[in-house]
Amino acid sequence: MGRKLDPTKKEKRGPGRKARKQKGAETELARFLPAVSDENSKRLSSRARKRAAKRRLGSAEFPETNKSPEAKPLPGKLPQGISAGAVQTADKKGTQSLFNAARGKKRPAPSSDEEEEDSEEDDVVNHGDLWDSEDSDADMVDDYGADSNSENEEEGEELLPIEKAARKQKAREAAAGVQWSEEETEDEEEEEEVTSESGPPKEEEADGGLQINVDEEPFVLPPAGEMEQDAQAPDLQRVHKRIQDIVGILRDFGAQREEGRSRSEYLNRLKKDLATYYCYGDFLLGKLVDLFPLSELVEFLEANEVPRPVTLRTNTLKTRRRDLAQALINRGVNLDPLGKWSKTGLVVYDSSVPIGATPEYLAGHYMLQGASSMLPVMALAPQEHERILDMCSAPGGKTSYIGMREGQAAQLMKNTGVILANDANAERLKSVVGNLHRLGVTNTVISHYDGRQFPKVVGGFDRVLLDAPCSGTGVISKDPAVKTNKDEKDILRCAHLQKELLLSAIDSVNATSKTGGYLVYCTCSIMVEENEWVVDYALKKRNVRLVPTGLDFGQEGFTRFRERRFHPSLRSTRRFYPHTHNMDGFFIAKFKKFSNSIPQFQTGNSETTTPTNVDLPQVIPKSENSSQPAKKAKRAAKAKQQLQKQQHPKKASPQKLNGISKGADSELSTIPSVTKTQASSRLQDSSQPAGKAEGIREPKVAGKLKQRSPKLQSSKKVAFLKQNAPPKGTDTETPAVLSPSKTQATLKPKDGRQPFGRAKGVEKQQLPEQPSKKAAFQKQNGTPKGLQSPTVSLVSSSHTPPAKRRKSQSRGNSQLLLS
Amino acid sequence: MRPLTEEETRVMFEKIAKYIGENLQLLVDRPDGTYCFRLHNDRVYYVSEKIMKLAANISGDKLVSLGTCFGKFTKTHKFRLHVTALDYLAPYAKYKVWIKPGAEQSFLYGNHVLKSGLGRITENTSQYQGVVVYSMADVPLGFGVAAKSTQDCRKVDPMAIVVFHQADIGEYVRHEETLT
Repeated sequence: MGRKLDPTKKEKRGPGRKARKQKGAETELARFLPAVSDENSKRLSSRARKRAAKRRLGSAEFPETNKSPEAKPLPGKLPQGISAGAVQTADKKGTQSLFNAARGKKRPAPSSDEEEEDSEEDDVVNHGDLWDSEDSDADMVDDYGADSNSENEEEGEELLPIEKAARKQKAREAAAGVQWSEEETEDEEEEEEVTSESGPPKEEEADGGLQINVDEEPFVLPPAGEMEQDAQAPDLQRVHKRIQDIVGILRDFGAQREEGRSRSEYLNRLKKDLATYYCYGDFLLGKLVDLFPLSELVEFLEANEVPRPVTLRTNTLKTRRRDLAQALINRGVNLDPLGKWSKTGLVVYDSSVPIGATPEYLAGHYMLQGASSMLPVMALAPQEHERILDMCSAPGGKTSYIGMREGQAAQLMKNTGVILANDANAERLKSVVGNLHRLGVTNTVISHYDGRQFPKVVGGFDRVLLDAPCSGTGVISKDPAVKTNKDEKDILRCAHLQKELLLSAIDSVNATSKTGGYLVYCTCSIMVEENEWVVDYALKKRNVRLVPTGLDFGQEGFTRFRERRFHPSLRSTRRFYPHTHNMDGFFIAKFKKFSNSIPQFQTGNSETTTPTNVDLPQVIPKSENSSQPAKKAKRAAKAKQQLQKQQHPKKASPQKLNGISKGADSELSTIPSVTKTQASSRLQDSSQPAGKAEGIREPKVAGKLKQRSPKLQSSKKVAFLKQNAPPKGTDTETPAVLSPSKTQATLKPKDGRQPFGRAKGVEKQQLPEQPSKKAAFQKQNGTPKGLQSPTVSLVSSSHTPPAKRRKSQSRGNSQLLLS
Repeated sequence: MRPLTEEETRVMFEKIAKYIGENLQLLVDRPDGTYCFRLHNDRVYYVSEKIMKLAANISGDKLVSLGTCFGKFTKTHKFRLHVTALDYLAPYAKYKVWIKPGAEQSFLYGNHVLKSGLGRITENTSQYQGVVVYSMADVPLGFGVAAKSTQDCRKVDPMAIVVFHQADIGEYVRHEETLT
């Protein structure tokens, strides 16, 4: 109905073409409006018609909308239409009784329903009658009159069968019980009246009873059976009243409870009512019930229905808060400073101009930003000349705030430092670009990466801000769809993504930064799974710790929640709620990274073993006991070659050390086989470094000491070789000494001289070693580096001194021989 | 991201010089650090060297913006100044035009400035001279080209255009997508 009804407009009459054109609405629609002949033939509006209908019918419970107007036109001019209509109504009633019977299965509908349905059905089906009747009325256009009558008759005739068919179909559908939806679509206004009143009829009566008795009797929980009948549109007033009643009862459960009803029944009823009244999904409401005590819960839900006040942040790069406030007041904006905690915030109460389009906004003097969004940047506290990463920066409010703070102190050095603003969403990045340019923040680089790709792209930032994508349960007032479309898996998916992002963010921070090393993690969610759980996860996985955020207001984060237990330092995190702080729900946590290394959980000692230790034991598992030194030697050589080729990750294990020692032993077993086998056996027995094995294990035992003298027992050289620098040094100094060490130092991955050395070592080891022992000792003592290590070795291998001495002597011998 | 070629630099400097003249030198030699122009996706960015180094780590297709975007080179290699350069043009502008409060909104919607909206204009502005447009409160609103010299402005009727619109800060809201 786009055309306006203008009762003063006269319709053109006459048989001409122009007269046949479409008239104004009043003429066209007069055919359909049923109230023409009703009540002084006055043209009533739809509401007036309804009122008239009500008056006619008289009873409040049975609002008959157009029944009588329909009835009246029925005895109109077209006998066919009329009679048909009458017949139809009669028939309809028959069908309607069927229909009502069908509907009765759904709910016990009193006769009122039937009558209502009658009226609706009449409405629906009688349109054809109306058309007929209206057309037959005198005040219809004559133009159509000549034709219209015939048309109407035809239409009437056409409609009659249509009506019949419709009736039949309705009867069928009534039997199937589907009619209800059709009627709903037809006439919604009437529907509402019908449903709301005949809604749950029992409850109506019960409600009526309640209302009567409310002062006399305490609240009675409806019996369990009735609870399920709230399927159709319940009375919201009643629900609200029930909510308040139940909350009151639960507060003082002992005194006010009804006998025989458990607390959980009350709680379940309350949950359902809250879900109905505030339009929440069951999952989210269950989570909220876990989070808040009941009184707070209702406040929280109420707060989510109302939008938070509009706040803005002055851009101190371009103006001062005082000046901006003055300029905006001149334009007609009603505002106030935000609070003691913010020096740049303003809250807008109302405005006569669009606050997002004033010339001051366009000039970049302020930014529309939620109050809670200002907090993470205040917690981050960026200093000048820092490199800052904002991982999820869209739409750029926090980034620009960082930029502003960075440039605040000095007028000369505005926009110091660098900010990398990143976001994974390309469209929202455009707003980042726009906002940053508008606000005049120039020290930024804007990138379009997935946040998890940091720090691979670039790392080493002084501070990082991570405003993680979340479920949005804190900003329900901005986006009511969150009430129903969030599910368990949504929350878990968000949490997973947040954990990944947080780990990437932590890795991007440079712990050794002079002024920084901080990370702020924040979400606009109130779910524990997305907040405390993620923070706790990060604390376990990385070398970070929580520090106070610097915000002196806000609720502390949870250290335990239901079955979960979190680190106690989580008390320094902050939670904000819409109902307590009048800002969007928010969570802020500030980390300090104290070490750049990433803790590994599989490896034990990362520093002690050489990478190539792995192979020896595998190749020569039990070589020490063999009585075939030659074979051992060969195997040792092979093993060492293999070791040389392969570089294995560092893994320390005594067994491997044993193997190494055994391998070393095997080399030397050719000549001093006796001693060495003995030593090796001892090595086997002892779990401590003895002889060569000693040297290998010494780093373990005295891991911190770097045993740098290769002249010592070759095993020690092995240890040294793990630590790359010393062997080289020693190599240059004592090449002769080195070669035998290299035999045992085949473990060292770098040496290409090992096979050569090995061969040498093998040969030389076969020479008598004893005469060289002393020399070796002397040599060992002579080298500066070796000073510490011999003592160390002596100390560590105190368990088997004789073997050790023998071994050292032998090694020294071998070394001397090489020299 | 790459530095500008000679030709591109020349074209760009010519354009900028229309508005700020020889003050252009101040853009390049700044006391607080070395700034340079870089080209990325046909857009020219004005950025300090420190920031450029960080941006060099980012791959080309992922880099969206750096520093301040001054404008872009069109397909025919002409340089077009964007409103985002206003912050750097405004302090060094040689020829300025102030418009009355009533005409602000019209200019911010992208319309030209009429004589009726003209508040003040710098003396000896020549015709087709690049000008920066201010509000009466000395807030830079955009820039344009003088349609009439100052002398002619006095003589012309109130409905005549005196400043052709080229860019205004309303574009931050109207053309947000094209800024990137």
